[in-house]
Amino acid sequence: MSLPLHAEMSERIWYYCFRIICGMIFVFLIFPILIMFPLSFNAQPYFTFTPEMLSLDPAGYSTQWYEKFFTSSTWQSAVRNSLIIAFFSTLISTFLGTLAALGLSRPEFPYKTTIMGILISPMVVPLIISAAGMFFFYSRIGLQGSYIGVILAHAALATPFVVITVTATLVGFDHSLTRAAASLGSAPTRTFFYITVPLITPGVISGALFAFITSFDEVVVVLFVGSVKQRTIPWAMFSGIREQISPTILAVASILVTFSIILLTVLELLRRRNERLRGMSAA
Amino acid sequence: MSETNVNSELLKTPDGTPLKVALARTLRYRKRTALLLVAPLFLFVMVTFLFPIFDMLSRSVDNKIMHEIFPQTTALLGEWDESSGELPGEAVFKALVQDGQVAAQEKTINRAGKRLNYEKSGMSSLFRKTGRKLLRFDPEKLETNYTDVVLGIDRKWKDIETWQLLKRESAKYTASYYYAALDAQMTSAGLGFKDENKQIYMTLFKRTLYMSSLITFLTILLGYPIAFLLASLKTRTSNLLMILVLLPFWTSLLVRTSAWIALLQKEGVINDFLVGIGLIGDDSRLQMIHNQTGTIISMTHILLPFMILPLFSVMKTIPPSYMRAARSMGATPFTAFRRIYFPNTIAGIGAGGILVFILSIGFYITPALVGGTDGTMISNFIAYHISESLNWGLAAALGTILLLLVLALYILYDKIVGIDNMKFG
Repeated sequence: MSLPLHAEMSERIWYYCFRIICGMIFVFLIFPILIMFPLSFNAQPYFTFTPEMLSLDPAGYSTQWYEKFFTSSTWQSAVRNSLIIAFFSTLISTFLGTLAALGLSRPEFPYKTTIMGILISPMVVPLIISAAGMFFFYSRIGLQGSYIGVILAHAALATPFVVITVTATLVGFDHSLTRAAASLGSAPTRTFFYITVPLITPGVISGALFAFITSFDEVVVVLFVGSVKQRTIPWAMFSGIREQISPTILAVASILVTFSIILLTVLELLRRRNERLRGMSAA
Repeated sequence: MSETNVNSELLKTPDGTPLKVALARTLRYRKRTALLLVAPLFLFVMVTFLFPIFDMLSRSVDNKIMHEIFPQTTALLGEWDESSGELPGEAVFKALVQDGQVAAQEKTINRAGKRLNYEKSGMSSLFRKTGRKLLRFDPEKLETNYTDVVLGIDRKWKDIETWQLLKRESAKYTASYYYAALDAQMTSAGLGFKDENKQIYMTLFKRTLYMSSLITFLTILLGYPIAFLLASLKTRTSNLLMILVLLPFWTSLLVRTSAWIALLQKEGVINDFLVGIGLIGDDSRLQMIHNQTGTIISMTHILLPFMILPLFSVMKTIPPSYMRAARSMGATPFTAFRRIYFPNTIAGIGAGGILVFILSIGFYITPALVGGTDGTMISNFIAYHISESLNWGLAAALGTILLLLVLALYILYDKIVGIDNMKFG
């Protein structure tokens, strides 16, 4: 959208105004996230810039909150819990979700909309309702406060993301490829592993990433289904903000943002690879 | 044509089955495989997710507690005519004493009292007192009759309303949690609503809907220009700017909430800045957090990407030639936008709007952390009743109402966008 040469004065004014408005909205979007990085190096236990920080005095900065994070046993066990729970729930949801997506995208599948609606429901139901339901159910079967309970709960919450992502990949799937393989004498399993799997892998990986991040970020369900033993990073942050607010939270937040930047990059690379594989982009 | 028809009758597979039969068999087989692939996840979601939710929501009508703790009394009360204006007969009083003694020994009587206290205050203490006295009561030393024993415990037992309440709550299913969730109460005089200024949950529902609508409106207001800009820029530039939208989208909810706490609190960055440039005095720092303002600002920020992404994908499909055509026929840029571009983006606004609205009426974490008292939403009260007041029936009733609201919107979303067309990133 560049300004045409013959643009009138009013158009020019509007053009620059619009850009300024957009710039301000972008600032609104990104500023709160970026501001945490400098704040997390605060030498004082405040959530704001001290005069020393503003005058760029090195004494105003310190890495103590990061040290606190890396040496505190609470935070370290939270990291371990988050990783364990996210890993296993990703495994379960990716496996079940991919299978289901393969079935759902077959043209012969009956009652597709209804079944899809049920499978996606964990994403739609307000988290507090899911959390309450799971709390009572898992308490009754003795899984409340266990890793298995939290893992199963997170897997259920994450499956819709896998189903949707893999189904979206399969929409562009060229079925003549599997037919070609079959006509050349390949058995269905062989076709699946040599033709289908490599083509849907990018979709499955991004689905798995979605599942991982869903579990990794989730706090409401783990608060209800888990016990202190299963305390995850978001849980520790939640109680940290409620009880003793300290810049350690900002240090953790900065680490998490770095983590999501890496994740975003991986997803973008996968998307490009997917498009290239399907011949959708020339690059 | 007739030739093909004849031929298809005769066409056979190498082993002699007619082609039609073989095709039907293959299709059946493929359908079964497709179903088998979906079955594991379907069962998994049913068992670990839908059943627990259904089970929890059924607590909103479940009322077996009185029936279990006072089995004889509730059974006998069924024959008592509550509109007669007279207390029940001796048999009911005897049953009450017997049930009450068992319940007092098993320490369940206080639970029954707590249940009735939701309907009428004072019931909890009445049952505690009754339980205490009945523990000491020895049926062998009965002086006159059971009626006198019970009436001697507390004069509330002389009140016919106590018995009417007991009879009403003897039913195995109740709608009273729903009445409570709608700030109404069933009394002997019928269903009555609380005064406007005493309503808790209606105020809360109204507030939740108001805040969600406002947040949805704000995300449209802020998201539309961004989506428009991204859709009209060259792919290269828009991909770069898209990162600014996707990074918040991918950042943990708690990270973003704590960022807003750092920014908005009284000793926070924004207040410090405003004091620093002399706009406000050090003693008149703005209260922007732990109230509705804080919740709305941070939720708008958190949900904005959910508006931009669907809007962007709709705007991307509008050919730029539409606008050029309108301009070439003499429309001003504004008219071209209003008459041509904007109507084409309505679907995107609808999709993003419903998505943001669905997400915001179920929000829990952010209002819990930055909401204070006037910024909390319905989810916060459900959580409160589950983990603190332990009034699970009321929590379930509130949850059912919330869920029905979300389901209605979900169906609407499905009609507009189609759930199959949902995409991320």
